[in-house]
Amino acid sequence: MAKKLSRGVAVVGVGMSKFGVFPEKTSRDLFVEAFQELMQSVQKGFNPNDIEAFYMGNFTSDYFENQSHLAPIVANWVGISPAASTRIEDACASGGVALRQAMLAIASGDVDVVLVGGLEKMTDLPGAKVTDALALAADSMFEIPAGFTFPGFYAAMATAYIDKYQADPDALLRVGIKNHENGALNDKAQFNQTIRSVMTGKQKKAEQKGLPIPDWQDEMAFLKDPKANPMIAWPLRLFDCSPVSDGAAAVLLVSEELADKFADEPLFIVGSGQASDGALAERASLSEVPAAALASQQAYEMAGIQPDDIDFAEVHDCFTIAEIMASEDLGFFPRGEGWRAAMEGRTARDGSHPINTSGGLKSKGHPVGASGVGQVVEVWKQMHGLAGERQLRGNLRYALTHNVGGTGQTCVVHIFEKRN
Amino acid sequence: MTEHALHSKAFNQAIEEDLIIGSRCLVCGKISIPQRQICPNCHSDQAERVQASGQGTLAAFTVIYVPPTSMADAGYNAKNPYCVGIVSLEEGPRISAQIVGLDLSDPAAIKIGMPLRQTFVTRGEGETAKKFLAFEPI
Repeated sequence: MAKKLSRGVAVVGVGMSKFGVFPEKTSRDLFVEAFQELMQSVQKGFNPNDIEAFYMGNFTSDYFENQSHLAPIVANWVGISPAASTRIEDACASGGVALRQAMLAIASGDVDVVLVGGLEKMTDLPGAKVTDALALAADSMFEIPAGFTFPGFYAAMATAYIDKYQADPDALLRVGIKNHENGALNDKAQFNQTIRSVMTGKQKKAEQKGLPIPDWQDEMAFLKDPKANPMIAWPLRLFDCSPVSDGAAAVLLVSEELADKFADEPLFIVGSGQASDGALAERASLSEVPAAALASQQAYEMAGIQPDDIDFAEVHDCFTIAEIMASEDLGFFPRGEGWRAAMEGRTARDGSHPINTSGGLKSKGHPVGASGVGQVVEVWKQMHGLAGERQLRGNLRYALTHNVGGTGQTCVVHIFEKRN
Repeated sequence: MTEHALHSKAFNQAIEEDLIIGSRCLVCGKISIPQRQICPNCHSDQAERVQASGQGTLAAFTVIYVPPTSMADAGYNAKNPYCVGIVSLEEGPRISAQIVGLDLSDPAAIKIGMPLRQTFVTRGEGETAKKFLAFEPI
């Protein structure tokens, strides 16, 4: 029998900082920006003193900012002490798991008004140290000694996927082009420009400097040029990887019975699921993420809906191959069809299954602990007609968020409903 | 069987002796590589240590051009990349390891399914030298 929450939970406000590189700001500063925007988005207003608990997703402020025990500090910084404040660490899924823990806290009946946060300040460290920090999410005894990096893990999954389904590797590049097209329309995105504009920008720069102008025919030619788009971990190139980012996001959850006191149009969390897995090598299949499929099944069962009922999804595209696998793990396409759907534009804003209208982690940025919370910001914006030029058309009822830690050791999925 | 034979460090200790070890559950027969104290299949804690043949096939791979600090210290970089893969061992389990002895100039020519055998590589020099499991083409 499908599991149900003991009582309903609603989203009544969201906010996020811009994602990007902010040498002058700490994670606290970024969270203040997210919190201020959240305050503005709560349609009927609210008193921050009403916040009873704070669940904060953060991967490794210990390493990035030399700071543990960050949740009460951040809570205090936005003025909500003595709210019970807890940091959640599940690598890149920290934000999504924080959302789930906040939801469960309300569903339990213990609290009614809960703030969810996600934040990460990654860019103070040099690149090699960031790679080492991210590697902390893998098994230090049996994966890291092999020489794996995170791009390397996903690259290995890409080779398994491409081999199993005889997929065209160009599908990876198509995911990047699509997500940059969406991110170009999102002023919060770290890279809010299309691949085409990146390409023409480089051509103009060469012209200004009096250097030979590269004659890329189109974005695909640009992305296949090893000088413009160097290989990171074969077959993944630079533009297949999400960036290193600073950023924060915030979501306000309340019990269903209080939702109308906060918002004219609350969103209801109608489905939630979470699953875990062992190291990548141990899995029966390397071309899919079993914990993501399991988490989504739990969420669909709780919501009582099917994958085809989802109007749009924000998925964890830390690497382009991850979005293709996710589109299958979540049931939008049959196994082995995700790459073809990406090639055919079925995941674009005007496609049958729009994915990552925000630009995704790829273009919007990936401040690790913030990513799972930032996804909810896009769901809110699309559901309320606030997504500007990237606004989806038609009546939107169900949206899904999918947040992955590591290579899929943690997967968490949520389904949101707008009721008219 | 000594009590610590299946502790988590046993696998990397065995690498130092040029061995890949694992465990066989005495209740359901499942083989785990690396070894497990509790069987992930039937949850029994009755297991014996086994030694893998070191033969397998390539299940997935990548060639890494941007290495982590540990591999950069071992001399790898964009111009001197390395291959790392997931190997399906003859005994069933898969394992992550560096793959050596391949021509990395054209990664597309590396074939999933190719037969491999165990070898051991040393990274670092002097006091920091450490032995790691690797595989090479047969």
